[in-house]
Amino acid sequence: MAASSASDTQLLKTPLYDLHVELGARMVPFAGYSMPVQYPAGLMAEHKHTRDAAGLFDISHMGQLRLVGPDAAAAFETLMPVDVIDLPAGKQRYGLLLNDEGGILDDLMFFNEGHGSLFVIVNGACKVDDIAHIQRKIGARCEVQPLPDHALLALQGPQAAATLARLSPGIERFVFMTGGAVQIGGIPAFVTRSGYTGEDGFEISVAAKDTDALARLLLAQPEVKPIGLGARNSLRLEAGLCLYGNDIDTTTTPVEASLNWAMQKVRRAGGAREGGFPGAAKILAQLAAATAGAAGHTDHDTLKRKRVGLVALERIPVRDGTVLQSFEGQDIGIVTSGLLGPTADRCVAMGYVATAFAEPGTRLQAIVRGKPVPMEVSTMPFVPTRYYRG
Amino acid sequence: MSIKYTKDHEWVSAEGGAATVGITVHAQDALGDVVFVDLPEVGKTFAQGEVAGVVESVKAAADVFMPVSGEITEVNEALRADPSLANTDPLASGWFFKVKLSEPAQLDALLDAATYDKFAAES
Repeated sequence: MAASSASDTQLLKTPLYDLHVELGARMVPFAGYSMPVQYPAGLMAEHKHTRDAAGLFDISHMGQLRLVGPDAAAAFETLMPVDVIDLPAGKQRYGLLLNDEGGILDDLMFFNEGHGSLFVIVNGACKVDDIAHIQRKIGARCEVQPLPDHALLALQGPQAAATLARLSPGIERFVFMTGGAVQIGGIPAFVTRSGYTGEDGFEISVAAKDTDALARLLLAQPEVKPIGLGARNSLRLEAGLCLYGNDIDTTTTPVEASLNWAMQKVRRAGGAREGGFPGAAKILAQLAAATAGAAGHTDHDTLKRKRVGLVALERIPVRDGTVLQSFEGQDIGIVTSGLLGPTADRCVAMGYVATAFAEPGTRLQAIVRGKPVPMEVSTMPFVPTRYYRG
Repeated sequence: MSIKYTKDHEWVSAEGGAATVGITVHAQDALGDVVFVDLPEVGKTFAQGEVAGVVESVKAAADVFMPVSGEITEVNEALRADPSLANTDPLASGWFFKVKLSEPAQLDALLDAATYDKFAAES
């Protein structure tokens, strides 16, 4: 039961490290950083506070970079099965960096700043490799500018917008997946109305030197409490959002990961800019199989497995790594994330199953400590999302 | 009656040939909000060190080890129904199971309160 205490000396610190310690956070190694997993309130209370009011997250471990130049969007599009070129200025979109086999190197968010500049946020554990990959693949076509002197905060929850509007009048004009440069209590920042909780909220990029002051200003607002990575994980799972390294990785393609919605028509078969991304042949074939599957003729050889939501029919948490079986005892998949959802008030999970078992409503069993736990394939999110779309 | 502790952060309250077992304040604090316990079957026999149950918070699952060899005589159904008792009252109403000791001498090798507190503070 003892927590591991590896050589913490080599861990990086975000600009908010001292504040986390001052707030009584339990710090754990995450993505090479010492990060707050929870504060004294505890995971459950932090999770519920975010769903009820507003929670402040330090996500400064994530990578921030800019791709600059007239060819940046066209170049970036060659790395992802996503429409980058047509994203209007002022808007943000979800993207997926792929390897040549169509496996996912990372998932990310990118924002069109206009004037040939894309602002990109990638996962902390992947950022060094991502930046090297982007530099190697498209460094000759645009300027790749890492932003290591910037921190990233998230303010999430139904009261996030009203709270921020008090400090930055007009910020409420942004709708989901839009954003821009603002001042928050006089501190320059770049915000997007997005997040990783399923709630309305903002992500806030700010200069490292201003981060502590901004975080303290936000925490001084009556609605706001600090939230650790533990609740961040339970919130995102209830929202049906993937955790890179658990639910998606280099061995999963976007189609297997049920991320078809992230691949716009223009990049698909018959689209104006069809293909032209790593692993395109495989992914377009899988998309065709998935589309046929929607019509009731799934090609199980081309698309062997799919990511699905799962709900346990007993109150037993089913965690990542748990084997999924048919009721006949045949292995048909594996759980990649799972916990008791504090808001869902049920044991929820996501995992990969053979496509024949991927239809919502399908019953199967998880083998937990040798005992079968019945589960049902479910649509996601497990808790309704509340993004502000205007 | 004597209360002893293990390096697996469990407590053992023994009297006569029987003992009650639970997890320590330190253990429940490290786990966070407990949402599920898997308790052993009454009548089942375990050797010291075997996994007899599981305690889970939202973020983690931890094995509950048998601190002393013996037979399970009773499990805490109230804890099964309300796992948060492991957080709110770990040393009393949040107990896990009762054991009929097969080797009572094992108790002597467990930690006393002062030794356990020192161990927990360092872990």
